[in-house]
Amino acid sequence: MIRDRVVPPLVALAAFLAGWQLLVFVGNYPPFILPGPLVVGERFVVAWTDGTMAPHVVTTLAEIGCGFVGGALAGMLTGYVLARSRLANRVLSPYLVAGSAVPILALAPLIALWFGSGLFAHSVIVALIVFFPVAVSTWVAVHGVDRRLLEMARSYRVTRGQRLRMVELPAALPGILGGLRIGVTLAVVGAIIAEWTGGETGLGVLINLARGSLFDIPLLFAALLTIALIGVALYSLVVLVERRYAIPAV
Amino acid sequence: MTAEPGRALREPGPATGDGSVPAIFLDGVRFGFHVDGRQTEVIGGLDLEIAPRSIVAFVGPNGCGKSTLLRVIAGLLPARAGTVEVEGRPVTGPDARVGLVFQEPRLLPWRSAFANVAFPLEVAGRDREARERRVTDLLGLVGLRDWSRARPAELSGGMRQRVAIARALALEPAVLLLDEPFSALDSLTRERFNVELLRLWERIGATIVLVTHSIAEAVFLADRVVVLSPRPAQLVADLVVDLPRPRRPGDLDAAAVTRTAAEIRAHLEGATDDAFAVAAGDVPAHAQPDQAIP
Repeated sequence: MIRDRVVPPLVALAAFLAGWQLLVFVGNYPPFILPGPLVVGERFVVAWTDGTMAPHVVTTLAEIGCGFVGGALAGMLTGYVLARSRLANRVLSPYLVAGSAVPILALAPLIALWFGSGLFAHSVIVALIVFFPVAVSTWVAVHGVDRRLLEMARSYRVTRGQRLRMVELPAALPGILGGLRIGVTLAVVGAIIAEWTGGETGLGVLINLARGSLFDIPLLFAALLTIALIGVALYSLVVLVERRYAIPAV
Repeated sequence: MTAEPGRALREPGPATGDGSVPAIFLDGVRFGFHVDGRQTEVIGGLDLEIAPRSIVAFVGPNGCGKSTLLRVIAGLLPARAGTVEVEGRPVTGPDARVGLVFQEPRLLPWRSAFANVAFPLEVAGRDREARERRVTDLLGLVGLRDWSRARPAELSGGMRQRVAIARALALEPAVLLLDEPFSALDSLTRERFNVELLRLWERIGATIVLVTHSIAEAVFLADRVVVLSPRPAQLVADLVVDLPRPRRPGDLDAAAVTRTAAEIRAHLEGATDDAFAVAAGDVPAHAQPDQAIP
């Protein structure tokens, strides 16, 4: 059982690394164009042990944390209101669609202009990118809550708060978590984009440094690897929450 | 429904023949939907009195508004005109005096059987200890004490409907409304459930009103069978089932049952051109369709 789950991914990973090394070997690329997996791995370990990586990771994680929580909460609230108020739906839904169509890359410099380049400004960018998928998935999930369950609840005279807490939220949870799954990986993207607009530390800043003044391409790759690992870890966290709390309808 | 609770409290409501207050009192009840700006009448002026602790079955063609009528009695839908009273007091909204069991169990899939039955008690703000006592009693009453931790997905269709009945009884309603509660069950299970329902009724002492498509079921369970016309629903016939209690499945062969069933069938066929709208073949079809309709 456990072997079936562990062995195939490990084989795939080994094949990927081998292919990468082979490409570098055959193409004879210098490390400042395409470093091989061994070079990147070594740089990754060094950057973590000599204290280069840690402060950047801390900054990026803080932005992801604040932005994700803020954006997800705002998204859930908006999605709920859109699903339950016909007026809000008419008034707000065009803006939601328009807003989600605007690329965050184009919006980021504007946010930097208004809010600077600190934790707050970067969290706003993360929150914006998280907001839309969470709002839309919450909207769809709450809208899709079985009306027969709502009628059942009404027959027992639930208050609005009870209806939300005891029926709508648990019923919509699988859908909302689907949005959070998308949102959490986008949060990582948002944080990097935000850091490109300016800032002292952060993995996005480190990428810019490695590409520019430091000209340390293996370090750039090591930063990319770190970002990917953060993404995988956060995604797994949401999936874990999903397994624990989301019970699909019969 | 006139929403004047103060006045209604002083007036005990209309009295039945033996001087007690009827469990359910309907006076000129009308109900309609607006569809594309057009008013569709679903219930067209219904008067009915139901005695406490009796069982009354509503039968009628498909889509005649039987389920709507139950929702009006339960306060889920407002009557457009007329009065709805339960135990002499008007129904102005969803009401604790009325327990409603829907056609489907409508259980919360993420809750255990226990937590589903506890739902109305939580909503009503009962403390944990009181909830646990009441739910344990109720699960015992419907024979599911060993299944309290099971999720709906782990229960059979019949068990789910039993949980739904236990939930409807949680707040000790005076009236239990059942909207074709066993229609999704196979006929053998259904027969057993009907026997169980009668046993349950003897223990809880509530008034039961049930909607059914099955004439046999109506006759077996009810003291009175109310036959409704196609939309807008109106009273076609109000028949007393003259069969002693306690009743057993074997009683279904009694001459009185056959006679009553034939009578209901005749009324139904008089009320609708589409005899198949009534579950065909429920009862041996020796009813005479050309019987006179009063």
